[in-house]
Parts: sequence; C-alpha cells; structure tokens
Amino acid sequence: MTETEIQSPMPARKVTPIWSIEFDLRPILLLPAIALVALPLVGTPSTWLTLTVAGLAMGMIIFITASGLTLVFGLMDVLNFGHGLFIAFGAYVAVATLGPLVNWTGSPELWRNLVALGCAMLAAMIAAAALGAAFERIIVRPVYGKHLKQILITMGGGIIGEELIKVIWGPSQIPLPLPEALRGAVSLGDASLSRYRILAVVIGLVVFAVLAWTLNRTKLGLLVRAGVQDREMVEALGYRIGRLFVGVFVTGSALAGLGGVMWGLFQQNLVPQMGVQVNVLIFIVIIIGGLGSTTGALIGALLVGLVVNYVGFVFPVLTQFASIGLLIAVLLWRPQGLYPVVNR
Amino acid sequence: MNALSLEGVHTHIGAYHILHGVDLVVPKGKVTMLLGRNGAGKTTTLRTIMGLWRASRGNIRFDGKEIAALPTPSISAMGVAYVPEHMGIFADLTVKENMLLAARKAKRLEDLDESRLKWIFRLFPAVEKFWSYQAGKLSGGQKQMLAVARAIVEPREMLIIDEPSKGLAPAIVSNMIDAIEQLKATGVTTLLVEQNVNFAKRLGDHVAVMDDGVIVHNGSMSDFSDDIRLQQNLLGLAL
Repeated sequence: MTETEIQSPMPARKVTPIWSIEFDLRPILLLPAIALVALPLVGTPSTWLTLTVAGLAMGMIIFITASGLTLVFGLMDVLNFGHGLFIAFGAYVAVATLGPLVNWTGSPELWRNLVALGCAMLAAMIAAAALGAAFERIIVRPVYGKHLKQILITMGGGIIGEELIKVIWGPSQIPLPLPEALRGAVSLGDASLSRYRILAVVIGLVVFAVLAWTLNRTKLGLLVRAGVQDREMVEALGYRIGRLFVGVFVTGSALAGLGGVMWGLFQQNLVPQMGVQVNVLIFIVIIIGGLGSTTGALIGALLVGLVVNYVGFVFPVLTQFASIGLLIAVLLWRPQGLYPVVNR
Repeated sequence: MNALSLEGVHTHIGAYHILHGVDLVVPKGKVTMLLGRNGAGKTTTLRTIMGLWRASRGNIRFDGKEIAALPTPSISAMGVAYVPEHMGIFADLTVKENMLLAARKAKRLEDLDESRLKWIFRLFPAVEKFWSYQAGKLSGGQKQMLAVARAIVEPREMLIIDEPSKGLAPAIVSNMIDAIEQLKATGVTTLLVEQNVNFAKRLGDHVAVMDDGVIVHNGSMSDFSDDIRLQQNLLGLAL
C-alpha cells in the first residue's frame, strides 16, 4: 500500500521519539551496597579489593555459563538440567587443544599465551555448540512442553555425557594450569589482583556487551526478547520460533563451553563432575536474576560471586550456604527474581 | 469470491471438543463479523484458522490454498495478520520495537515504510505519541491501538482481529472503525470477532453467528440488522 492509496484528512505529524524506558536500578545498586557492607567485615581495604575482584571474576564466569540457559528457559520453557555437560565438555576440549600448544602457554610472552587460550576457547565453543545442537535434536526436542520429562531426560543426558567424558579423558582430576604470563598477580597498593581474574572480568564484560548489543540492537535480538515474552505471538507475526530456539540453544551451549574453559582455569583443574557442580550455581543465578532475563543473570551472577567470596573469607563455615542464603533473601524481596520478564 | 473458507472444521483442545464442524466463508475484500455468545467457539475458530490450534478434521482454504496443516508462520507469511483477544503486545519492548517486529521485511526502523507509518500515526496518534515508550506501560486502549497498528504495519491480504472494540473509549472505537474502513477500501479482507453488536453493524458487510461450536447463521449484515427477532434468537439480545 502506498501513500497515494491511503488517503486521510489529517496532516502528517513529525515523529518525535521520546526516551522513556524506566530501568530499575535497585538490583544493580545491590552490588555496591553488598561490597560496602563487606568492607568493615573484611577489615583491610587491600583484602577487600582482592576479594571483590575475585568475586566479580567468579560472577562473570558464572554469567557466561548461565546466559544461554536463561534464554533457553525463557524462550521455550525448557528446563535443561544437562547444561552442565556443555561446561565440562568445553573445558575438556580446551585441555585437549592446549596440550599441543604447550610451547605457547609456557611462553612468558602474553600475546602467545592469549593466542593459545583463544584457540582453546574457540575449540571449546565449537565443540560445545555441536554437542548442544545434537542434544537439542535428540534429547530436548521430543519433550517440548513436558516439564517433568524435560527434567528427567536432560538430567539423564547430562549423566551419560559425564560418563562419556570419563571414558575419553578418564575419571581422575586433570590439571589445567594457567598460561605463564597469566599466573601471579598485579599489585595495586597493598592489594594483590590475580591476572587471570582480571582477564575473566574483561572477557565477561565483552560477552555481556556482545549479548546486550545483539539483544537490544538487532532484529534477531528483538525476536529473542519477544519470544521470551510470548512465543505464540512471534509465530503469529510470521517467524519460526523453533529455528530461533535451536540458534539460542546452540549459542547457549557454546557460551557454556567458553564458561567451562574459564571455570577450569579459575579452579586450575578439571573433574568430570565439574558441570554438575557449576550447574547448581547457574540455576541459583538464573532464578535470582529472573527466568529469561540476561541482565538479571549478570546481576545475579555478580551477586553470587561477591557474596560467596566475602562469606568464604569472613564466615568460612557458612560458605556452602552463602549462595542459597542469597537466593532466599532475593526471592523474599522479589519472588519473580530481580528482573522478571513481563508477560511470562 | 471468497478469501477464506472453512468446511466441516473440528477442533479439539485436549479432551474437549470445541468446534463441531464449522462452515464459514469470508468474502474477499469485505468485512465479515463473527458473532456469538461467550463460549460459542469464536476465538477457537480464529486460532484454528491461524494454526495456533490444529483442526482435527475439515478443510481451511485461504486464497484457494489448503492451510489447515500449515504452521502458523507460513499462514502469516501468506499475508494474514492476527490480533488476539489479549492483544499479544510484547510488554517489555518499546512501541517502536513492537512495530519493527511486525514488519517482517524491515531490519531497522529506517526500513519501515514511512508513508504507511504516517498513515498509521494519523489513525492511531497514541502509537506516535508513545513511540519510544515501553509497551507494557500503555493503557488498555493504547495497547489495542498498538496491536492493530502492528498488524497493518505492512500490507496484508487479510486481517483477523479478536474483539477490536473491547474496552475501548467511543472515540477510539471510531478510530478503529476508520482504520478498518480505510483498509477495506484498499481491498483488505477482514474477519472480526465482536461482542459489540452496534460496532459489528456499523462495520460489517457479512455476518456469521456461532453457537456451541457451529455456524448457525451466515448472511449479509444488512439483512441481519433488519431482523430484530433473528438477532434475539441467535444472540439472546434484548434490543
């Protein structure tokens, strides 16, 4: 239809965009609030700074692994309890990739270390994405819309995958040392900041920036956000949500693979059960953040990272309960999570 | 010539048998009103046409092609726009993002047809006024305007709207009628489910009345409007 076909007696008016999105800052303000509360409890500012950077790094790594899962749940209501498999698989693929690159990881030159690490991360992401595509096709697709079956079959898929990792790489712990130039710490006053943790924060910020840009500035991202809210209406507008879901699932798996490499380097060793261990934290994070919300997942992950590190230092016996306690506190405040997705 | 026809369409939702053999024709380029009491099966009929619920039996043809087995996106891609009763607004997105999403060919806002957008703004000024607002913050009437504006952001062959006048102020109902009449003038076929009989009479060329999952009356709106007894019998109206 053109302008000549549509006649209206009213004159055209200039479009005046009005920026009026109200962003809820309170959950974000929780981060500095918790950090400030922790300062007198920790005691010395240098220790506090070290713990804060460690917490942020841990939070960023959890966010990378959790971001895909929260979108998968938001988009298709799929409860994937096998998500941890992609984390562990990515980490083991990274070990296999770094093996032949020992001259690069052992070099004192930072750029060589980063190239080796980049190759390992890329390999982990590709392998985890491929595994994710197969997992979605074989395990998840037959149980769309059946939550109980999803829980059981994805958990079963995760267990089988874990056993396959044991078959390939063995059941024992495997060391994953940091590349030479990433070992040690940078001094900032009296504080000692781990080089790798600083790198983890940077990588986490880059991943969040890319995700945020894609979700907020591209049509694809718009579709994902709309699909999280009302997938039926997205289909009624002419888009195949199934294809979109596969894309998100595969991307989420790739990010989990990347997160697995980073978590492995964070712990400096791997065990076949590492996916299940991280999975618990991931589910806490996506519930805290609000199911389907990427921003929520980031804030939730950073909160978990900070609280676990502060509590681990101040009240070591309570470390195991720190993340659960945080989950309960947040849900008492906001039962739908920090950034609930409207329409769900 | 009919744009859409349903023959013996049955729909089950779980254990419930909702449509019991719907026969409906929607003439091309006309406005057809689908009336009936609550629970008669009107919304189910629309959802079945769109493929959101599968017809368990029967034929649905759009533009001569069988669509009963097609997925919803394929039906939409044939030029059928659907506005559900709950409006289907993406509340977390802005008004402009809602509009962009409905324009399948546009990747960016700049790709939207400017002249068409101006026309939509004239029909529904609230869409322009709240262009950058979060859609979830709009009032019910503004959301309804956005839902219809979104449906017509690109040229369509057919519009299917479930209760367009629901909860709207009289002035906005007039805008809605203007919009549908202008679309009709350009040859767009329209199928509306409506509870507001006066709205239906003002706008409809053709009327179908449903009861208990079947079409019990099919004819011109002028004949229907003139026959008070028929209206009372079919709709239980005390006019």
